[in-house]
Amino acid sequence: MKKTNVIQAEDLTKMFGDFKAVNGITFEVKKGEIFGFLGANGAGKTTAMKMLIGISIPTSGKANVAGFDVFTQAEDIKKNIGYMSQKFALYDDLTVKENISFFGGIYGLTKARIKEKTKGLIEDLGLQEVSNQLVGSLPLGWKQKISFSVALLHEPKIVFLDEPTGGVDPITRRQFWEMIYKAAHDGTTIFVTTHYMDEAEYCDRVSIMVNGKIEALNTPKKLKEQFQVDNMNDVFLKLARG
Amino acid sequence: MGITISNISKSYKEVKALQDISFEVKPNELFGLIGPDGAGKTTLFRILTTLLIADKGQASVAGFDVLNNFKDIRKHVGYMPGRFSLYQDLTVEENLQFFATIFGTTIEENYDLIKDIYVQIEPFKKRRAGKLSGGMKQKLALSCALIHKPKVLFLDEPTTGVDPVSRKEFWDMLKRLQQKNITILVSTPYMDEAALCDRIALIQDGQILQIDTPEAIVKQYPKTIYNVSANNMYQLINSLKAYQYQHSVYPFGEFVHYTDVRTDFKINDLKMYLEDANLINIHIEKTQATIEDSFMELAK
Repeated sequence: MKKTNVIQAEDLTKMFGDFKAVNGITFEVKKGEIFGFLGANGAGKTTAMKMLIGISIPTSGKANVAGFDVFTQAEDIKKNIGYMSQKFALYDDLTVKENISFFGGIYGLTKARIKEKTKGLIEDLGLQEVSNQLVGSLPLGWKQKISFSVALLHEPKIVFLDEPTGGVDPITRRQFWEMIYKAAHDGTTIFVTTHYMDEAEYCDRVSIMVNGKIEALNTPKKLKEQFQVDNMNDVFLKLARG
Repeated sequence: MGITISNISKSYKEVKALQDISFEVKPNELFGLIGPDGAGKTTLFRILTTLLIADKGQASVAGFDVLNNFKDIRKHVGYMPGRFSLYQDLTVEENLQFFATIFGTTIEENYDLIKDIYVQIEPFKKRRAGKLSGGMKQKLALSCALIHKPKVLFLDEPTTGVDPVSRKEFWDMLKRLQQKNITILVSTPYMDEAALCDRIALIQDGQILQIDTPEAIVKQYPKTIYNVSANNMYQLINSLKAYQYQHSVYPFGEFVHYTDVRTDFKINDLKMYLEDANLINIHIEKTQATIEDSFMELAK
């Protein structure tokens, strides 16, 4: 069975003045795939992702995300994707329940649906005890799990995870990745940026950007073979150091 | 002239940030404090750098007591906090100048100590610190922490949010500093950096789980770990977790690290079980424990 492409980018380019921040990148991401988007600071990752989530118009090239064109249908893209970042996730001064209602409302879910989703999410994550506590008082690992679940509230086709798991303990981090595997198994596409190469190893395929271009794209296993090293960190060092 | 910590405890209201912590960092040692957010790493750094007073216990740094000789400690330690704390609206050069002056020295006097690091940011010396990239900010912060030639250097999560290339360069710099008779206590949430330290303390919820060399910690891992892979990672994890003999099941990149409760575990038994669960392309083989495996086993 041939899986459909949920992201398709062709020669996608973004210029800031004379500077090519993203220099003609071409790739596709399939439905239900966990796709790692890597690169050093300043390689162009954030700029590329901004184009894909419909908040920055490309200078040239083509891209289709969740069935919509990044030039002409940016608003439709925003409705059909989820987004989570460690820098901005939930409102610390709202309770767990209030955060869920707020984001459910933003994405246009009905009251009944929000109620049902809230119940399900709190049960799945075992948050019954803390559902009326302010999010700011919870441990980072819990916040990340809630934040990921909130990004999935409106059942988007793709979730963009922007450096999602820094700083949490190894057990919680694995629980988080198990949630990602489950979402992918259920058909949600996962697009994840990270600086941590051990996370890259969890992805089905990864791309590595260097100076605005995608210099490598394959499964972690094949990349390790190609560069004759035994972990993704060394793949990254070989590529980024040239 | 390293660091001595005896029975240190600190609470914030009902949160026990540190519970009876004791360990020693030897002179010239590169010692790693490895643990997640909220483990108590920063609280310990703040106590050792005399910015916070412990509820209980004693500590000394470079031979000085953190309570009675706090002024001496401040003269002889360098501290790079986790949050970028230089003056964003001063230039690279001005920041360095400022810290040298505060400590009654000059850039020239100790230039040999920071030379390796500073030359990398010198081309940008007229740039304001707030406009630097993450990797460059980190190099400037380290230069400022070193400019008075401290005996002990405290680095609180220096590599958080930094890409792998800059992280590698940073650790290479630490190794070189160690050659110059500086004791270094560094904290990190990243277990892969543990292997770069002489000795490490694994810390979680304000308690030390273990202290030893990275090699010894991994060696003491009590079980045999198997790398398991199959065609579907999600189903594989679920099936392994449902297996009645599993001791632990943790995803590790393209594999799952599996340990079994039985001493007479046979790979074929597990393979048959997974085949019955409709998994294919099953591979199971012994593998080495990592610091992360040790951490998770101790934290279990």
